[in-house]
Amino acid sequence: MSKNHHHDHAHDHTPIIIQEKPGYYEILEISVRELLIEKGLIGADEVRKQIELLDSRSPALGSKLVVKAWLEPEFRSRLLSNGNAAAEEMGITIYDNTEFTVLEDTEKLHYVIVCTLCSCYPRPILGLPPDWYKSKEYRSRTVREPRAVLAEFGTLIPDDVEVLVQDSTASQRYMVLPLRPSGTESFSEEELEALVTRDTMIGVSIPKINQN
Amino acid sequence: MVTVEHNPALFKEGDVVRVDEKFPIGHYRVPMYLRGKTVTIVKNLGRHINPELEAFGKNAGDETWYYQVRILQKLLWPDYTGEDCDSLEIEVFEPWLKSIKENEHE
Repeated sequence: MSKNHHHDHAHDHTPIIIQEKPGYYEILEISVRELLIEKGLIGADEVRKQIELLDSRSPALGSKLVVKAWLEPEFRSRLLSNGNAAAEEMGITIYDNTEFTVLEDTEKLHYVIVCTLCSCYPRPILGLPPDWYKSKEYRSRTVREPRAVLAEFGTLIPDDVEVLVQDSTASQRYMVLPLRPSGTESFSEEELEALVTRDTMIGVSIPKINQN
Repeated sequence: MVTVEHNPALFKEGDVVRVDEKFPIGHYRVPMYLRGKTVTIVKNLGRHINPELEAFGKNAGDETWYYQVRILQKLLWPDYTGEDCDSLEIEVFEPWLKSIKENEHE
């Protein structure tokens, strides 16, 4: 960075420098994208719009679905039987040709979701997956020793509760419908939604009162 | 245009089947840990485009039956350290599944 660099904005920050050269796949992606645009098969604005759409989704959408399912038994049934239809009913479009499948925890069953082969994740509902979800460690160890992985996330599942690992491989995208914690009977929708964090919908955590 | 490989579905809920132990080169959707294992069909998920063919541009009509299958963790990993009741579910395309009887007669 040059010494006579000027900021137009007031706050100080360390200079943002990208030092790493683009990798093989990044160059491949740019080349294919530029070729597709050059040949008129897709437009640059379409690519931008899709990125904007991906970035517009966040776990808050999933929390809304979970809380509505907790409060309305009929919605819960619809969500469990046809995730795509239930999400679209709430104005959440499933834009990627996948089947949104909701897995319901019970007193005797706890789900945890992983994609050992890549990073399948219900992006239309939860947004982009966290980095750890895509790590080789999480992907290989969750199928192999799920209780140990859950313990590292601070989640201890009792011995008499089945831990069911759901490995996601192709067309299905999974989200956990966690148990509503006891003691939340008087909670408002907003208070309930705050308990349903991203990790509770992946199944590496469970909703807890006073989690901070 | 639609090529139907198997219609109707070869398997139904509750069937015990074996995941093929093969090692094709290319884009496959069956993790190594599952190959050769005996699993139970939990649900028929319908017909879906087979991504193993789609990866090579064959995406018009190559739909294949697709199942949710289940296996107990202690059968998957002989030295599994969790509880006996723990299990794993995963989606598998029909070409990867073989009926146990068929294998026994081979």
